[in-house]
Amino acid sequence: MSGGPIEVVEREFGELALNMGPQHPSTHGVLRLILHLSGETVIKAVPVIGYLHRGVEKLSEHLTYDQLAPVYERDDYLAPTANSNAYVLAVERLGAIAVPRRAQWLRAFVSEWQRVSSHLVWLGTLGLDLGGALGGGTTLYMYCFREREKILDFLEELTGTRFHTNFNLIGGARYDLDAAMADKSNALAASVEAALPELWSMSGGNPIFSERTRSVGTISKDLAMGVGVTGPTLRASGIAYDVRKAAPYDAYAELPFDVISRTAGDAEARFQVRMDEIRVSLKLVRSIVDGLPAGPIFARKPLKNPKATKIPSGEVYAAVESPRGELGFHIVSDGSAKPLRLKINAPSFKNLQVVTHILPGGLVADVVATLGSLDPVLGDVDR
Amino acid sequence: MSALFTGWTGALALSTVVIGVAMTFVAYMTWLERKVAARMQNRIGPYEVGFPHGWLQPLADVLKLLVKEDITPRAADPLLYNLGPLLVVVPALVGFAFLPLGKGLAIVDHPYSFLFFTALASLTLLGIFAAGWASNNKYALLSALRMVAMAASYEVPMILALLIPALLAGSFQLTAVVEAQRGLWFIGYPLVGQLAFGIFLLCALAEGNKSPLDILDAESELVAAYNVEYSGIKFALFYAGEYAHTLALCGLAATVFFGGYLGPAFLPGFVWLTGKCVVLFVLILWIRWSLMRMRIDQAIRINWMFLLPASLANLLIAASWVVRD
Repeated sequence: MSGGPIEVVEREFGELALNMGPQHPSTHGVLRLILHLSGETVIKAVPVIGYLHRGVEKLSEHLTYDQLAPVYERDDYLAPTANSNAYVLAVERLGAIAVPRRAQWLRAFVSEWQRVSSHLVWLGTLGLDLGGALGGGTTLYMYCFREREKILDFLEELTGTRFHTNFNLIGGARYDLDAAMADKSNALAASVEAALPELWSMSGGNPIFSERTRSVGTISKDLAMGVGVTGPTLRASGIAYDVRKAAPYDAYAELPFDVISRTAGDAEARFQVRMDEIRVSLKLVRSIVDGLPAGPIFARKPLKNPKATKIPSGEVYAAVESPRGELGFHIVSDGSAKPLRLKINAPSFKNLQVVTHILPGGLVADVVATLGSLDPVLGDVDR
Repeated sequence: MSALFTGWTGALALSTVVIGVAMTFVAYMTWLERKVAARMQNRIGPYEVGFPHGWLQPLADVLKLLVKEDITPRAADPLLYNLGPLLVVVPALVGFAFLPLGKGLAIVDHPYSFLFFTALASLTLLGIFAAGWASNNKYALLSALRMVAMAASYEVPMILALLIPALLAGSFQLTAVVEAQRGLWFIGYPLVGQLAFGIFLLCALAEGNKSPLDILDAESELVAAYNVEYSGIKFALFYAGEYAHTLALCGLAATVFFGGYLGPAFLPGFVWLTGKCVVLFVLILWIRWSLMRMRIDQAIRINWMFLLPASLANLLIAASWVVRD
């Protein structure tokens, strides 16, 4: 027996303190929860985070603005482009750098495809949480990943990378969409849309799934506002807030789309919001392909020496709607080529705070259902 | 032939045959499950170990588990901890000895073999509880406690559902139950047979830890549940025990609902029994790999609110039918 000091969890008589994670199949990576149980009922849940802390915000102070965009793609690793999109928006706003219209549309295009792929991962892992690795959950998981694989193949063809596409540059986009790829995008959207009823029949269309998610992990409107949850989790609690509508960026001001919301606030409502968002995103990529304006995708001349890019001193905040909610970058610049201070406003972090309020009263089985429906990405929580 | 299978040597030879055949059968059912699950999920399943279609995969699995380190946690209760896997696997295997393979051809043809079979099937749960309790692990303990709640609930409708074939046949002897189905299999009896089989199937899912009722095996909640601390051959025994248990229940269902060894004479009886058993097993796999898991309170509510009243009513109908005849 060696190692660090033994941790003592304060608990009442008769309570069982169950340490769930950081190594656990359904904590979505390395989240750790200390559950205080009475029988199977949760009395208190204490999340412990930081197991995936990589010091990205501190690292930002040591790299130049041009070097940084790919770094943030590793934060929320299920929707990499959303991170770099928020970052380049902030830098462009601070430096008053113009972005060509075509690049703005292309950014939205890749973001929406990654939203679909991220929501497919979420649905598959929710299936694993509810159905287990040795049951129907795996089947749903495999079906979701089959669809997601098509999207990743498409992105690979478009950008050369399956996942961390490195698509956004300060002042534009790195890759263009030609006519052949536009056709492929439309065909892909049709094929993913055709698979959605099947996915729904294995999840929302199944009475056991509905029973497991209904009235589980309910977040009331007040609690959602008080804790500051965001994204689909917030919209499932009856507040139709979407950064794409509230503070349009990229091409979203010109694109028609609906903001999906539900009022129930439980895991089932969050499931329905995300399922509908997949449809909305598929519609969006179609209309982007149809209305894509002509023109260059990069305003500046390619720089020989990226260290030359200096950003005027000042302070800026820019946010995008990532698949998990409002993802913002707060940058303070002192006029040099490196940020003086950079802070990421991470949606998963805000959404995860709500677990101390909604887990007590539920059963152990509800803990995994609730966590799965919140869709936290630990890379985004810990950064 | 009969001289060979009498006395103590005969019993020893027979039990060796039963264990060997049953264990091989169980091992190949894991291969079948992996293939069925893979086909349901757009995958191929085992393919590399043995041509064609990875037919040596079960052997490789067993070998791998045999050479793995066998760990007993320092804080565990060693007696119960080591007894657990045996308590799971032995009753499940003994169950196979009661299944009649042909007319008068059961290895143990006791007048109460039906009752004895169900009693043995319940013993498996004792092993699971021993393992969960003795592991000195909170996840294993929760799983063991769930097991008690589930067993206390699902044993009752299961026995009540199994009483129907015994009632219709007028005997607790499995060979007699099969012979009574020469006219019509018991599954074919209107309402009574199908309802009894449906209830039995749900209970078999619960007893065999198959989704949607794999409450105590819920690895996404309780990690690996009662066998979380086990490794190597003891883990393999749990695994084999679980499959043997499910297969024995499938064999029982084939025997008491689907006419057991009865079938057209061009194939011997044991082939029919095995075939029916495998078909039922695939049915369980189909359910297992399609549905999400229920929560424990939902599973227990379904049992007490639906399964138990339904099985009692079913028993009443069957009894009145038998009495009227």
